Amino acid sequence: MSQQSLTTTPAGAQGAGGGGALPRGSRLGAEKLFRGLATAAGSTVLVIIVAIAAFLIVQAVPALRADSENFFTFQSWFANDDPPKFGIAAIAFGTVLTSALALIMAVPVALGIALCLTHYAHRRVASTLGFFIDLLAAVPSVVFGLWGRDYFRGPVGDFSKFLHDHFGWIPLFGGGGPYGNSILLGSIVLAIMVLPIVTSLSREVFAQTPAQNEEAALALGATKWEMIRTAVLPYGKPGIIASVMLGLGRALGETIALALTLGAVYNVSFDLLGTGGNTIAANIALKFAEANPTGRSALIASGLVLFAITLVVNMTARAIVYRRREFVGGAA
Amino acid sequence: MAKRIEAVNVSAYYGSFRAIDNITMTIEPKSVTALIGPSGCGKSTFLRSINRMHEVLPGAKVDGQLMIDGQNIYDRDIDVTAVRRTIGMVFQRPNPFPTMSIYDNVVAGLKLNGVRRKAALDDACEKALRGANLWNEVKDRLNRPGAGLSGGQQQRLCIARAIAVEPQVVLMDEPCSALDPISTLAIEDLIAELKNQYTIVIVTHNMQQAARVSDRTGFFSIDSTGEPGRLIEYDDTAKIFTNPSVKRTEDYITGRFG
Ligand SMILES: Nc1ncnc2c1ncn2[C@@H]1O[C@H](COP(=O)(O)OP(=O)(O)OP(=O)(O)O)[C@@H](O)[C@H]1O
Ligand SMILES: [Mg+2]
Repeated sequence: MSQQSLTTTPAGAQGAGGGGALPRGSRLGAEKLFRGLATAAGSTVLVIIVAIAAFLIVQAVPALRADSENFFTFQSWFANDDPPKFGIAAIAFGTVLTSALALIMAVPVALGIALCLTHYAHRRVASTLGFFIDLLAAVPSVVFGLWGRDYFRGPVGDFSKFLHDHFGWIPLFGGGGPYGNSILLGSIVLAIMVLPIVTSLSREVFAQTPAQNEEAALALGATKWEMIRTAVLPYGKPGIIASVMLGLGRALGETIALALTLGAVYNVSFDLLGTGGNTIAANIALKFAEANPTGRSALIASGLVLFAITLVVNMTARAIVYRRREFVGGAA
Repeated sequence: MAKRIEAVNVSAYYGSFRAIDNITMTIEPKSVTALIGPSGCGKSTFLRSINRMHEVLPGAKVDGQLMIDGQNIYDRDIDVTAVRRTIGMVFQRPNPFPTMSIYDNVVAGLKLNGVRRKAALDDACEKALRGANLWNEVKDRLNRPGAGLSGGQQQRLCIARAIAVEPQVVLMDEPCSALDPISTLAIEDLIAELKNQYTIVIVTHNMQQAARVSDRTGFFSIDSTGEPGRLIEYDDTAKIFTNPSVKRTEDYITGRFG
């Protein structure tokens, strides 16, 4: 009887099942197809990354061969000259410095706003505010750049003067002016640009804290802030790191806003206030139009360095997340 | 160490929906009280209003008085966090902090209380884990994640976490419903031991369990869906299970639930 029912397969499935065996479902075929598609999509990403790296390397080599200075330590950029003289030191340093400053300013504020939206604000207020923050993320960077250059430079200049007058003994604030396009201005504008990204991503992360973990903390007598520290922040840590990394990715690659607000000065200096600052991406934007073939190749070499910096940053972040993976229930 | 709980006309709401209506009952110190009743009759809601966890949900509120040793925990000037420290809670689903080690889970409450000394934390951790009958199983892996334990072990870890702060009352909401019979027995034994020190209130759907572990039993029920839950009968466990005075209690206990 049971034998009977096993072999009685619907007409459509009969071709798939061989003889009296169990019907071989066509669902397995779909499963294989999907797995194939997923693998293909995954490897496409890898292929693209490798292709970009290969392209950058091939294009960069001629200029690197022709460079009459040390590419890694020379601070200026005369790639159109004959012989070309250019080095990555100043702009790589500027890239890392402005991004780091931007994150230092933006991340605490962003996490604060995100926590406020998920755990403190009234629901209606939170969704309105969240909407405006997402809107901020959609503003094109040239708008931030123009605003920074035309409206924000004055106030930042005044603030720079204040910092210099009162905290001038700190080398960072040693610059005596004139106060125009500076690392401070650029990194504040950059901070405003990464703020919405980090905010909306970490808001998603915080909102996903399991209610049972929050209740466990509250039931132990935690205040709201203590609950956030014991349950929400640790649980969200991998997600927070990921959102900061995405913010950093945007900061490192930001081009036009920084081209408009930094001083385009090529030197390694911790002076945040004086006219100065430059980044790899801003340098590419500023120099590309006037570049001759060697100059273009040199800019691509700098792009390769930016690519490497981004890669290192992301791998470091992964490593941090990975190290504590057994302690996070699937939040990674 | 243990305290008397007196609920006087306690009603609890989710928004405008009244989930329990005018519950009045007295729970003696150093006893185990079981709350039984059909699903949705407000057992969890009542339990959560005993340590002011009910109001954590948006729109939820409680009316009435809840006296712990004569002091109304719903008085305006009462510190909620102090109430919750005094009245520990174990939830239906084991909920250790997933990011923390076994050790950190147990001492989480103490750290919240400002205990920082390593020796004090170590002692309290061992004491709580022994109290929760978990020490022997985990003493060699205190630094492993708490979420890596079995369900029954996780639940005992949560009990250890709750008793580590030395509360006076321990509330348990169906603590065994996610557990196998062996772990369930382990926790029932534990409840019998904890009774010497704490006042325990346990919600359970398991009649045998209520009969086994509790001294007093409260039967909650609802007239129909949408109506608030009420306390139908509250008496010694032996009496409730052998000779209940209300017909509905008898129907429920014998399985003729209506
Ligand atoms: N978060 C909530 N929001 C709105 N209504 C709720 C909420 N939680 C519970 N209720 C309602 O309150 C009533 C009592 O629920 P409660 O969880 O206290 O019942 P219970 O006796 O614990 O049931 P069970 O035995 O199934 O756990 C039910 O009608 C339920 O639908
Ligand atoms: Mg319940």
